[in-house]
Amino acid sequence: MILHSDRGPLAGRHTSSAVAGTAAASERKLALWNIGFAYTAFLVGTLCGLIQVFMRNEMIQLPVWLDYYQVLTVHGVTLALVYTTFFIYAFLITGMSRSLGSFGPKVARWSWIGFFVAAAGTVWATIEILSGRASVLYTFYAPLKASGWFYVSLALLIIGTWIISFSLIAHYVKWRKANPGVMSPLFAFMTISTLIMWIIACLGVVAAVVFMYIPWAFGWVDTINVELSRTLFWFFGHPLVYFWLLPAYMAWYLVVPKLLGTRVFSDSLARLSFLLFILFSIPVGLHHQLTEPGVADFWKFLQVTLTFMVVIPTLMTAFSLFATFEISGRQKGAKGLFGWVGKLPWHDIRFTSLFIAMVFFIPGGAGGIINTSFQLNELVHNTLWVVGHFHITVGTPVAMTFMGISFWLIPYLTGRTLTKTTKKLAFVQIISWSVGMLFMSTAQHVLGLLGAPRRTQHSNYSDHPTVLGWFDGFFSNTSTLALGGIILFFSAMLLMVIVFRLWLIEPRSEEGDLYAEFPIAESDASATPRWLENWWIWIGIAVALILLAYTFPITHMIQDAPPGSKGFINW
Amino acid sequence: MMHLHKFEKIWLIFGIAMLTVFLGIVGVQAFAQGQTPAGGMKKIDPEKVDVTAPFDNPGVHQIDDDTYEVVIKAMAYGYEPSEIKVPAGKEIIFKVTSKDVIHSFTIPRTKVNMMVVPGQVNEKSYTFRDPGTYLILCNEYCGTGHHFMHTEIEVVEE
Repeated sequence: MILHSDRGPLAGRHTSSAVAGTAAASERKLALWNIGFAYTAFLVGTLCGLIQVFMRNEMIQLPVWLDYYQVLTVHGVTLALVYTTFFIYAFLITGMSRSLGSFGPKVARWSWIGFFVAAAGTVWATIEILSGRASVLYTFYAPLKASGWFYVSLALLIIGTWIISFSLIAHYVKWRKANPGVMSPLFAFMTISTLIMWIIACLGVVAAVVFMYIPWAFGWVDTINVELSRTLFWFFGHPLVYFWLLPAYMAWYLVVPKLLGTRVFSDSLARLSFLLFILFSIPVGLHHQLTEPGVADFWKFLQVTLTFMVVIPTLMTAFSLFATFEISGRQKGAKGLFGWVGKLPWHDIRFTSLFIAMVFFIPGGAGGIINTSFQLNELVHNTLWVVGHFHITVGTPVAMTFMGISFWLIPYLTGRTLTKTTKKLAFVQIISWSVGMLFMSTAQHVLGLLGAPRRTQHSNYSDHPTVLGWFDGFFSNTSTLALGGIILFFSAMLLMVIVFRLWLIEPRSEEGDLYAEFPIAESDASATPRWLENWWIWIGIAVALILLAYTFPITHMIQDAPPGSKGFINW
Repeated sequence: MMHLHKFEKIWLIFGIAMLTVFLGIVGVQAFAQGQTPAGGMKKIDPEKVDVTAPFDNPGVHQIDDDTYEVVIKAMAYGYEPSEIKVPAGKEIIFKVTSKDVIHSFTIPRTKVNMMVVPGQVNEKSYTFRDPGTYLILCNEYCGTGHHFMHTEIEVVEE
């Protein structure tokens, strides 16, 4: 049985001990294809980010066939959607294979099919955007109308992720049947929670794309219900951010304690916090629509309340993590209130990267509370503040966790090691990302409070004095934003070098090489209540909360709808 | 049932209590003091904005001694009327709708930050304390000319 060995079925090719069946080789390859796709998107996306900060400062001009909004769209799509999604599946596929055993032929085949469908959708959408048929940004708000094929390509991307998700769920169901009455390994449990949330969340955007956008964009119907399309988008749009975050949480809960040489702080609380995310990540989308008409204040406020509930699993996670730090420090002989800080393995890049990611999430989470605070949202809605916010949530806590995972996941998959040279590069990379992000996101937050709009090419607005305030001072300065962006781009290119080295150049790992392992901490599930793994209870409560939060506003939008909007192509 | 560490209980109780306080403050401000974000349930045919009241007569209208209504149409890439003059210290009720795509009607450094959605009328009440010329801009992407979409509002001493 390979379930409890550190070197699972995906261990390096050189080891004879690895269970190197065809399926294991297939999963290793599939995970690498996902990572390769993710980092290709990362390269394109960070380059677009660099172009944007230069344009905000009027330091460069684009050729006539390309405009700011296309660059912006590609930046958002490649980093927020493609890099995250494909990396997440690489992580989940590898971890599920490691903790539940190799995939059977069916699961393996369907995972590949899902990958190719999602990849095809992504490439197709990128072509539509770059050829100027879909300058609608990645929120594609109606009644801006892209080509019908753009929406078809988006549907393909989602369908692809569903195929992989259901393959992983099938793998899990098979394991449950083979192990009746046993709590599943924590990694598998967290994966299934994440996938359940993702599948429910996508229902909103799939309904909008299939039943509203596609018939309208191909001209089968003349008009679209704008407010309904927005609401269905945000039904999906908020849990989307938790879909990025939960795999990072998985690394924080499972990888960090292993690196510290200890166990998961509490198995049952870890599981409960993931279940709470299924419940409270979806019936909350209206907090992205607080400043718009068509939704009564009561329903906006109800969803604000439900949004606040995610604070509870977040606090539970924070407690678990710091408890883990302290316990491991004391085991190593730390004394005093904060003695354990010095006992943390700062020299281990796998740990340090994840720790910095967590630190960034503290102001990130606090900013999130501000954004969702009903009338306070008016101050920041659609300003650069929001851009600053998601660069210190998805752009650092999530992305840097994925970088930290890459440092061992790629060696684990390629059977190579992380040498001293590459480790040094990795430290420079992580620190430069942190510094760059500190400059950029602080400037974005401050500029947002001064009213600078997001998703807007630079404009001097007829030299209004308000605009002068965006170039005056240190953090209240668009140039500081650019400085941060340049440092971030340097860091991104360094990461590409590291990924390349880990993939192709580094030497083969030896038996027992720490950097070529998949670190998963032990988690004692002996006292964990069994009902936590009764998914139907949680899906039932999630559906009930969704019905409570959305039935009335959506029914109103349909039954009491104004005449619809025809499409506009404003580019 | 699940075991909770004593410190974790304290931590969670403290956290949930804070949450309740936050929500309480936001809720009281919203529903007892009437400080709700922009919104409204009035709808309009987006094709017939020019002939539908009050948008058939855009501009500043005095309602009573202390209240003014400002009716604005947003379109790619501008606002109608383009010149707006209102008094300081009076309640100004902005009513905006769109003739085409989604825009915003945003006055930086104030609480006026309204999504402008075709088919809907968005309303916001605001009182300017200080006279001056305020910038109005669109902060929702509306096409390649989005960054040109702006105007000004002149707030004069009463």
